[in-house]
Amino acid sequence: MDKYLEMIRIRFLMMLAYRTNYYTGILIYSINIGAYYFLWSAIYGGKEQIQGLSIAQMTTYVAISWMARAFYFNNLDREMAVEIMDGRVAVELIRPYNYLVMKMMQALGEGIFRLFLFSVPGLVIVYFIFPIHLTWDIAVWGLFAISILLSFFINTQINLLTGITTFFLFNNSGLIRAKRVIIDLFSGLILPISFFPVWAQNVMNYLPFQGISYIPSMIFTKGFTAQHAVYAIGQQFIWILILIVPIQLLWNLAKKQMVIQGG
Amino acid sequence: MSNAIEVKNLRKEFKVYSSRKGLKGAFRDLFTRNEKIIPAVNDINFMVKQGEMVGYIGENGAGKSTTIKMLTGILTPTSGHIVVNGMNPHKDREKFVQTIGVVFGQRSQLWWDIAVQESFRLLKKVYKVSDEQYDNHMNHVIKTLDIEPLLDKPVRKLSLGQRMRCELAAALIHNPPLLFLDEPTIGLDVLVKLKIREFLKEINEKYQTTILLTTHDLSDIEALCERVIMLDEGKVIYDGALHHLKETWGEGKEVHFQFLETVDLQSVKAATAGLPVKWEHDEKEQVFIAYIEDQDELISQLIAQIVAAYKIKDLNIHETSTEEIIRNIYEKGEVRLG
Repeated sequence: MDKYLEMIRIRFLMMLAYRTNYYTGILIYSINIGAYYFLWSAIYGGKEQIQGLSIAQMTTYVAISWMARAFYFNNLDREMAVEIMDGRVAVELIRPYNYLVMKMMQALGEGIFRLFLFSVPGLVIVYFIFPIHLTWDIAVWGLFAISILLSFFINTQINLLTGITTFFLFNNSGLIRAKRVIIDLFSGLILPISFFPVWAQNVMNYLPFQGISYIPSMIFTKGFTAQHAVYAIGQQFIWILILIVPIQLLWNLAKKQMVIQGG
Repeated sequence: MSNAIEVKNLRKEFKVYSSRKGLKGAFRDLFTRNEKIIPAVNDINFMVKQGEMVGYIGENGAGKSTTIKMLTGILTPTSGHIVVNGMNPHKDREKFVQTIGVVFGQRSQLWWDIAVQESFRLLKKVYKVSDEQYDNHMNHVIKTLDIEPLLDKPVRKLSLGQRMRCELAAALIHNPPLLFLDEPTIGLDVLVKLKIREFLKEINEKYQTTILLTTHDLSDIEALCERVIMLDEGKVIYDGALHHLKETWGEGKEVHFQFLETVDLQSVKAATAGLPVKWEHDEKEQVFIAYIEDQDELISQLIAQIVAAYKIKDLNIHETSTEEIIRNIYEKGEVRLG
């Protein structure tokens, strides 16, 4: 376990080495939140509520979704693709650790870095510009914390799965891009799931994506009742367990027919 | 003494798709591809004892790296039997890699953006090395390789020679009984090469570390290894002592003469008539080269006769270099030695 914790620390250090990237990142996220805020203000017009969400809740939803994204989002799939394509994965395989767990820990290090040096200051900035209602209910914060941690795992597992496909496809940049769009759309980042048509909502109930963004954001904006929140967290947890299966299967298959590229 | 490496009938095949010519061919490739199975490693057998230093040589594409990757558990063999350090490398991978160290000359295993000592610290945790062990062992390694001043620099700022020394130290953090070096001196200058060789000799003596070394630089092998395994097209074509290779395949000696007076080839030949000598005249260097069998008697006789006939400016005796021997072997493509 020690080695995995150490990896989180190392990744944190690496991110610090390139911290200037993140100042621009905060700006970009703030602009995104602003754009969605104005868009939603126009859509709401004078209406009190749409689909059970008030305009204030909607603004908070948008802000919190983007800030949570900074935590759960990572480029693990792309990193793995590069490592596999130029053969660096060979070095990873001569180390006494589980490559996939180690990758996940690196992502966690990155996520923690972003949470403290990006999401928190970003949220403070956004709080002063837009009418956001932050709750002071400890229970909500607690459920939210559990929920975004789980959404980190779901998102990272999907990234691992995409990354492993590089072993079979050799060049999967198209798949990586498609995956990113699907997650942004189906996770409820761009549009809350409750705004989708009912048949689409039904389909999405059977997909893991809403566990990435929709559930934590709804918990935070109190769009869910406490009971519903606990149920949703349970759902996230089950998805994490289910996703382990295809990852292990593909990984075992990949190891068997691995070709190390480039000498 | 036990064997560090045992390899029996090891084989690795790769599927290769060849593409057809032209646009029409490209369309046909969409549906059916020409598939060929190429054995990169073709039924090889060898054993390495604990504490041995073995040179593993061969041309590019002979299958050296593929073998190393199977021995380190990265690749799964198509068929055959491998036991390294008493374990099957790809079965109990995590336990197995704890007992080996690997240096890939063309690939860094340090983390690019962080200081060398941070990489060391992480590896120390990864290999579960205790502080005490680390201090005992690594302080010495760091001193011998002279990398103390590099420890707080990020890897990307190191020169190739500096980086290689750090890589070597990183591979030894857990003091493994077996070390794989895949072209460790590629692109390094003479001083760094010498330092690395000395260091390898030292750890081999001190800890009985087994070392399997692949390289294109035969001077590495000459300096370090008593035994070589030579590979060609996936097959072992020679496995035995380096000096034996030289004795059997070294084609005599060359004696280079430079004369004070003008001499022509004819008269030199006449002066040594009766001796089994082949003469050559290098016009550019103004050197006469005598090729002669490697017998002390013959050589001194040759020199005596020449000195008696002409005034000499310079005289050199050359042995056929290992490099030439190996080039000969590959050109002839047939070796049936020990």
